Amino acid sequence: MKRITLFVPFLLFIGLGFFLFRGLSLDPKELPSALIGKQFPAFTAEKIDGTAVSEKDLLGEVSLVNVWATWCPTCKQEHAYLNKLASEGIKIFGVNYKDETDKAVTWLEQLGNPYVFNIKDEDGMLGLDLGVYGAPETYLLDKNGVVRLKHVGDVNERVWKTKIEPEYRKWVAQ
Amino acid sequence: MIGIKHSLVKFSLWAVLLFSSFQANAVIEILEFDSQAEKERYQTLIDELRCPKCQNQNLADSNAQIAVDLRNKVRELIDAGKNDEEIKAHLVARYGDFVLYRPEVKKETYVLWFGPAILLVFGALVVVIVLVANKRKASKNEPQAEPEEERQARLNKLLKENSEKE
Repeated sequence: MKRITLFVPFLLFIGLGFFLFRGLSLDPKELPSALIGKQFPAFTAEKIDGTAVSEKDLLGEVSLVNVWATWCPTCKQEHAYLNKLASEGIKIFGVNYKDETDKAVTWLEQLGNPYVFNIKDEDGMLGLDLGVYGAPETYLLDKNGVVRLKHVGDVNERVWKTKIEPEYRKWVAQ
Repeated sequence: MIGIKHSLVKFSLWAVLLFSSFQANAVIEILEFDSQAEKERYQTLIDELRCPKCQNQNLADSNAQIAVDLRNKVRELIDAGKNDEEIKAHLVARYGDFVLYRPEVKKETYVLWFGPAILLVFGALVVVIVLVANKRKASKNEPQAEPEEERQARLNKLLKENSEKE
């Protein structure tokens, strides 16, 4: 009995070590989204072509909402992969976040346009409602416009295959 | 003596430098508020809310674009007549508990709030238990006083042995 109690500090150490070790692989910069399981925030805005748009235009199919800007280098990195996803028939809506419309138009002409349409968010207020704190960010919406997943950073093959696609398939199958 | 004086001067200089830098990095903004009370509320709020982007700064200190936007948002909400709780709730609904430097007490944050106190109490208990156990052990192992007649008997025996040897 006495012997066993001597191991208590050792076991506590092992337990603490386990948690601290796990903490090493967590990214402190990545915040859990507060919107998961909630409706995409209501908004009225313009698309970059000047026509009106609201949250109702995002409903109907499972889709991705990609927050991007021409001032964001990582957005340029992920753009080719978004083009690829769009060519496979995945619906992507863009939120052109705190950007200049003419720059955005030029960008899409030069790099291709994977988006169904782009929501103009020049003052970043839609971004605030979404909990955006940088670009790029990508949200997965189900058919009813409920946010099911958020990814911070670029969407690439690995992220798509391991993180987003399984969820995407799940909600399509629903 | 001179050495002490010298190091005191040095120390106080450092102290002055240290403390004067605290407010110096706050972003300077000129904002018009309807009342002094509102201005103070704004200041308190942006001091207490955390910037989601540059995670070790509050909204007041951060120069990040998102912090500027959130400051404007806070201001907008104050102007709209929202109270502090409503403003915090507004931001938490969008950015999660992370934006609060002092998260609310609820199921998810119990560990955060009570963990340290529980650990402290636990540690104190362990110390007390160990001390009590040691005391008990010590009192058990204390040499018992030998009854007088037994001692006398041993002494006599020894003396006898000695006298036999001689």
